[in-house]
Amino acid sequence: MEQLGLLFQGFAVALEPQNFVLMVIGIVLGVVIGVLPGLGGANGVAILLPLTFSLPPVSAVILLSCIYWGALFGGAITSILFNIPGEPWSVATTFDGYPMAQQGRAAEALTAAFTSSFVGAFFAIVLITFVAPAVAGFALKFGPPEFFAVMFLAFASFVGMSRTAPMKTLTAMMLGFLLAAVGMDTVTGQLRMTFGSVELMRGFDFLVLVIGLFGISEILLSIEEGLAFRGKQARITLSTVLRTWRELPRYWAISLRSSLIGCWMGITPAGATPASFMSYGVAKKMSRHGADFGKGRIEGVIAPETAAHAAGTSALLPMLALGVPGSPTAAVLLGGLMMWGLQPGPMLFVEQKDFVWGLIASMYMGNLVGLAIVLACVPAFAAILRIPFAVVASTILVVCAIGAYTVHNAWFDILLMLVFGVVGYVLKKLDYPLAPMVLALVLGDRTEQAFRQSLLMSQGDVAIFWANPLVATIMAAGIALLVWPLANWAWGQIGALARPKITETP
Amino acid sequence: MSGSMQPRAAGVSRRAVEVVTASAFAAIGIVGLWDSSRIGAGWGTDGPQSGYFPFWIALIMTGASLFTLVSAWRDAGPDETFLTRPQLGLVLSILAPATAFVLAIAWAGLYVPAALLIAWFMARLGGYSWRAGLLTGASIAVLSFVTFEIWFLVPLPKGPLETWLGY
Repeated sequence: MEQLGLLFQGFAVALEPQNFVLMVIGIVLGVVIGVLPGLGGANGVAILLPLTFSLPPVSAVILLSCIYWGALFGGAITSILFNIPGEPWSVATTFDGYPMAQQGRAAEALTAAFTSSFVGAFFAIVLITFVAPAVAGFALKFGPPEFFAVMFLAFASFVGMSRTAPMKTLTAMMLGFLLAAVGMDTVTGQLRMTFGSVELMRGFDFLVLVIGLFGISEILLSIEEGLAFRGKQARITLSTVLRTWRELPRYWAISLRSSLIGCWMGITPAGATPASFMSYGVAKKMSRHGADFGKGRIEGVIAPETAAHAAGTSALLPMLALGVPGSPTAAVLLGGLMMWGLQPGPMLFVEQKDFVWGLIASMYMGNLVGLAIVLACVPAFAAILRIPFAVVASTILVVCAIGAYTVHNAWFDILLMLVFGVVGYVLKKLDYPLAPMVLALVLGDRTEQAFRQSLLMSQGDVAIFWANPLVATIMAAGIALLVWPLANWAWGQIGALARPKITETP
Repeated sequence: MSGSMQPRAAGVSRRAVEVVTASAFAAIGIVGLWDSSRIGAGWGTDGPQSGYFPFWIALIMTGASLFTLVSAWRDAGPDETFLTRPQLGLVLSILAPATAFVLAIAWAGLYVPAALLIAWFMARLGGYSWRAGLLTGASIAVLSFVTFEIWFLVPLPKGPLETWLGY
């Protein structure tokens, strides 16, 4: 197997002392970021990205991806001990995790959460190891129309699969594309939507917007709940870990199912948050003890955590193989790739073998190291939430401002970050999804480029998007996802007409 | 969040915010449409013009936000509270000093406003003494100065104080 050989070379890269140290730093920082309200995977990576320019790309991506794994682990700590989801994807973990902590089974819940996270991530990494090269190999045949079709499919699946109003998803996404278009058009040199402003000529940098949308808005949201965090204490002993581990194999079916749900939702850019909810819902529906869910069932922790990690990790598969990220954090990493001078897309597997396989190998090790670190250091991480909110919130504001400034050394970006913090706060409260907006921001230029090149090939004839079976199939799948909400709605209307007495919808 | 049976808690109406947001989106879309047609949204001599792609994007955005606007307008259900008055106060208690902080950076550099922001939060929101707040703020500011200016060699905005100190 060629992959295994390349993977071992990757391990050699990931095990270089500098990279290993960065891995451990990344995990610890990531857990801290995951625990703190207002800092998450996406904006944590965005803030640190400008500081990684002095590192070689593979070390930089190892550091940043490990922050991502750490943040995925960290979300579970606050969910279980404090009933506060540190990250949106750990909301479902609070349902059974916090009741377990109230019953004094916090250590058991945490061990189950961390172990399932690891299992989900491991499943996804194995998938990446064997499927990503094949996908990339296949995608080498893609031309501009096929790439546009893939991006179309990715964006259409947001509309078709998200739980929010399709029109709001569409609006948020288009705002991302529109903001990406602001500034100098690289093809014609024309200025777009700058309205004579020098600051706008630079365009909207996605890093600045991500810091505002995810960081500042999160602080504003958490202040609504009040100022104090009251949590449960937990210290994980080796005997608890071993006892929980002996129990876990019983739930292999839930783990497998949740991993599959997670991987599916991660590769299609539905993301970790819906994956965790869906997996929790399925586990509840299929369990004989379904009625006990929400009162502290261990399955209720295993299912969402496995799925969230599987989704979060597998979001990197399309990012590596196609250059289309599956989650906001993957989108920020993709932006990093471009800033380090790498061209995302299938050629990465051909031209940057050390980079790709070093990253994949670091995923295996990062998650293993992460599991060990979180199991050993839970009390230390939980103590972070005992720092007064006034100190944490103001320090995070300062860190966000520094992060926004360092992108271009521009004060205007700090102001932009604040404005988008308020925008993000309002949009979140109105259920406008932010993930498609961020993906559109990052992919805007590349989508437009693929669109333009396709039209150039066909001299302006849009029929090029269904000119051959491959591109037509991808486009058809995308269109099917786009009209899915409409079909669903129409079906509901027909159903309502047929049964006028029943007004309740499930 | 208030249930359908209870009267709405005093505060900002969700429907009003919904309508304002959708109108803002529609307005941005129309500005995008206008600017794209200004620079040319058709087929140039050498391919699609600069406004071609943004024009369609802006068109979809305007359409989708008008749909949201109309459905929010026509929604017959009971209105919800977007923010209660006390919540609004809490949010402003963070947003106002944060805005002052960002504006102050423009002329005072980052470090002094950062120390003051942390001190303000601790004293006004956290119930600490101003002395404790200022001490914590100053030490975090010095720590970030050492981290960024000296260790990472990343220059951050500096003001009169830093100039006076010779940086």
